[in-house]
Amino acid sequence: MKAFTYERAGTPAAAAAAAARPGARMIAGGTNLLDLMKLQIETPTHLVDINRLGLDRIEPGENGGLRIGAMVRNSDLAADARIRRDYAVLSRALLAGASGQLRNKATTGGNLLQRTRCYYFYDTARPCNKRQPGSGCAALQGYNRMHAVLGASDQCIATHPSDMAVAMRVLDAQVETVMPSRTRRVIPIADFHRLPGNTPHIDTNLQPGEMITAVTLPPPLPGHHVYRKVRDRASYAFALVSVAAIVDASGGRIRSARMAFGGLAHKPWRVEAAEARLAGTVLDEATVNAASDTVLAGARGFGHNDFKLPLLRRTLQITIDEAARTA
Amino acid sequence: MKFETPLVGADEHGAGRLTRRAIFQSGALLVGAQAPLMAHAQATPAAAPVAAELPPQRMQVQLQINGQAHHLEVDTRTSLLDALRENLRMTGSKKGCDHGQCGACTVLIDSRRTNACLTLAVMHDGQSVTTIEGMAQGDTLHPLQQAFLQHDGFQCGYCTPGQICSAAGMLAEARLGMPSHVTRDLDSSNVALTDEEIRERMSGNLCRCSAYPNIVAAIRDASRERS
Repeated sequence: MKAFTYERAGTPAAAAAAAARPGARMIAGGTNLLDLMKLQIETPTHLVDINRLGLDRIEPGENGGLRIGAMVRNSDLAADARIRRDYAVLSRALLAGASGQLRNKATTGGNLLQRTRCYYFYDTARPCNKRQPGSGCAALQGYNRMHAVLGASDQCIATHPSDMAVAMRVLDAQVETVMPSRTRRVIPIADFHRLPGNTPHIDTNLQPGEMITAVTLPPPLPGHHVYRKVRDRASYAFALVSVAAIVDASGGRIRSARMAFGGLAHKPWRVEAAEARLAGTVLDEATVNAASDTVLAGARGFGHNDFKLPLLRRTLQITIDEAARTA
Repeated sequence: MKFETPLVGADEHGAGRLTRRAIFQSGALLVGAQAPLMAHAQATPAAAPVAAELPPQRMQVQLQINGQAHHLEVDTRTSLLDALRENLRMTGSKKGCDHGQCGACTVLIDSRRTNACLTLAVMHDGQSVTTIEGMAQGDTLHPLQQAFLQHDGFQCGYCTPGQICSAAGMLAEARLGMPSHVTRDLDSSNVALTDEEIRERMSGNLCRCSAYPNIVAAIRDASRERS
């Protein structure tokens, strides 16, 4: 690990100003940042510790929603009675991720900012445009089982690893931030993460120093909440494919279905047109398959990850089926 | 000491990586070869661009460990695990992967289980840490320690301190009604610690000897004793 200076921020705006300096980074739970610093993939020269800023409460928001402080730990968010009752898809997604120890440390804001787990991003002996712009992408021709089938570019086929972010996407959460200038803004989750394009080293649309202060949820959405994650182990593994769904149905008729997907792309993936294909229909295999067609429009595998296309279809089929039957 | 295979071999992932074959064939590696290995690691810096490097930064930190205050000065890079093991010589907490994947370093920080390898000592100034050394009350073992003994919940024992600290944190989480991935009913705040629940909640602690059935049995017993 490279040497760095360390300070504990007093206020969110001060943290943002300190983190905007060249070489500075904020540290919250640190479970991803320190991992990357040990491998010298991240080499900050200054750390701004935001762990004692508060921002750790879940409060009623405007319009009957909830406002989750950026420093609320993943385990506390998953266990909150309001989240369990009204936003079960979020609880389920959080509980499907990482381990008990990591969830105790990882924060709501930090979870959104975690970096890809692409093996080549982690392997400093191999080219990676995300780690070192212009060096190339070893995953394109390499072992790319975990990689993206949607929204990728010829520069980067990495996936976003978060489960929580997929649930946030299906809920249409909003990200509240403060800039070094003390200006505040609200970023819809759909616009928060970026596709790789020609700048895969930039994961999000945050400005330098801009700090997440909260994530807000809309009023509870009717329907059955599901998070289904397919992975190589029963626990403690990243998703190959995951589906967050909120399905409002009765008697086999779907009133509405929201769906977001993990493991497919550089950001949580959502296709509203696919949801429209399900709304107002009677549940059957052909209808869900047609929705999968819409989700997978433009999808392509890179060899080892070709299986994700049929896997996505099957996962969506069983997810919608279960959700509609239990709703 | 004689090595029949070069310790450091080249493979397709780049020159200069230690091969698994070399590790397995050199039985005395852990004792004998650490110094040359570390020298090697220092001689080949990673690919990241090297900017003007800061000298090491040191800071004062106060930690309340197993009820006792410790004042120490650490390099800011020091993980909580290294502060415990290297600065304070409390080697009960183990370093397995050093990347939050194995759980051998699990300690309780302000009563919550945490990977000590993935957090910095300076981030915990003034906080209290419980390690495996603080679990027993004098000569009386913690119920989890006793249960691990009774159920033979280990073979080599290296993961055991992390397993026990993690189990202590996990049982507290269950008593608070915190759900897990396998909890059927999110609305219920009563957690029934079935074997399935114990396994899921302990999945952050790996055991290379695969003593899992006995670990689960030990935790199951200890959980009933406490409830």
